Amino acid sequence: MDPWLDFTVIRNNLTYFFIGSYPHGNLGGVALTLYLAVTSCVISFVGGLILGLLSVSRHRAIRYPTLAVINTVRGVPLLMVIFWMYFLLPSLLGHPVPESRTVIAALALFTSAYMAEIVRAGVEGIPRGQTEAALATGLRPWQALVYVVLPQGLRNMLPSFVNQFVSLIKDTSLAYIVGVSELTQVATQVNNRSMVHPTEIFFFIAAVYFIICFTFTSISRRLESRLAWRKSI
Amino acid sequence: MIRFEGVHKWFGNLHVLNTINLHVRQGEVVVICGPSGSGKSTLIRTINRLEPIDKGKLIVDGMHVSDQKTDINRLRTEIGFVFQQFNLYPHLTVLRNITLAPIKVRKVGKKEAQEQAMALLERVGLSEKRDAYPSQLSGGEQQRVAIARSLAMKPRIMLFDEPTSALDPEMIGEVLAVMKDLAESGMTMCVVTHEMGFAREVADRIVFMDHGVILEEREPAAFFTSPQHARAQQFLKQILSPMH
Repeated sequence: MDPWLDFTVIRNNLTYFFIGSYPHGNLGGVALTLYLAVTSCVISFVGGLILGLLSVSRHRAIRYPTLAVINTVRGVPLLMVIFWMYFLLPSLLGHPVPESRTVIAALALFTSAYMAEIVRAGVEGIPRGQTEAALATGLRPWQALVYVVLPQGLRNMLPSFVNQFVSLIKDTSLAYIVGVSELTQVATQVNNRSMVHPTEIFFFIAAVYFIICFTFTSISRRLESRLAWRKSI
Repeated sequence: MIRFEGVHKWFGNLHVLNTINLHVRQGEVVVICGPSGSGKSTLIRTINRLEPIDKGKLIVDGMHVSDQKTDINRLRTEIGFVFQQFNLYPHLTVLRNITLAPIKVRKVGKKEAQEQAMALLERVGLSEKRDAYPSQLSGGEQQRVAIARSLAMKPRIMLFDEPTSALDPEMIGEVLAVMKDLAESGMTMCVVTHEMGFAREVADRIVFMDHGVILEEREPAAFFTSPQHARAQQFLKQILSPMH
């Protein structure tokens, strides 16, 4: 009599779940999921910072187009952005692009728009008097931003950034749709091969996603309490 | 040093500054007073263009403030500004609050900037607080650090926008003492304040404003004993005996 749940299918494919067919083939599984998340996180951090700062520019000619880009991206489902990049990027660049790269481009673009909103809120949340004090001592506007506003703003933004990163980890599962062998794709492959243990397989990957995300949310929460320092302005 | 000639400013329909003519000479201490909403804060904020003027001429240290060709950042290095809310940088220590602008704007070396900052902290009586963060200081201490921060740029003019209004009564004295010391050293100062004791003792001139207009401009003794304008008489009556 079979036990109710049989996790031998997990044990037999454990390496495959975690690193795909690496080192003999391509990196996959959890490792690829994290690779996609971290790479697009780094890119979208920079992108979000730039877009966010442009979106609080005093010049309308800069602010309005930036807001248009941010709102367009935010108004489209991520899956759509992944398709766009998958079909558009190769034809734009004129040569084939690995699927994982198109997914990173899509995730980075999509997350940049959300990061930009975090940056905008963070910068606007710093009292106007901080900028005025900096300007009054002769600092140029960009210096006031870099030395006074951003250091304070970034600390406030840090927990939101981590939350965005956690969303990003989960969003990498959509790479499944263009055949990138991240964790969800790998799980589907294993499931298609074994046919009989879908519950165990999808329970397992849910647990893996949860553990990764929960770790980062805990870090975020600890950061939040550590950074609750500016009570007195 | 500072010359307003027919200066106007509007906030939407509100005429906050109406035909302002005022001349502040080098070394003079001018106290600006008036009921709230009279435009006195706006007036001193125009001097370093924290508020741009809409009409008229404003010449500070020989430069046209509203002229687009004026290097406003350079002009601002010559003008110290002290805020009601102190506006110290909460993420930096006292010392770095003071040295930031000298290092980044004046390109002073770090060591030299720190030595200057320590001398200034000495002057405002806070040298032991060099490594504290603003949140660890009392309001009066924060304001004295803010004054030191402004002085670090070696300004030729100091502007004070209600520097003691956010302070507990027992801390007002220590800030006024620093300001008095500064006035005696010959600094050109414009001070918006309700501290009439300070005005009487330190000011060379009192400017009384209401509804964006300068109604009276006289020496303290004359202003306090025989204010000419009815609004000034009423204002003094209220501020000197609040229970009235």
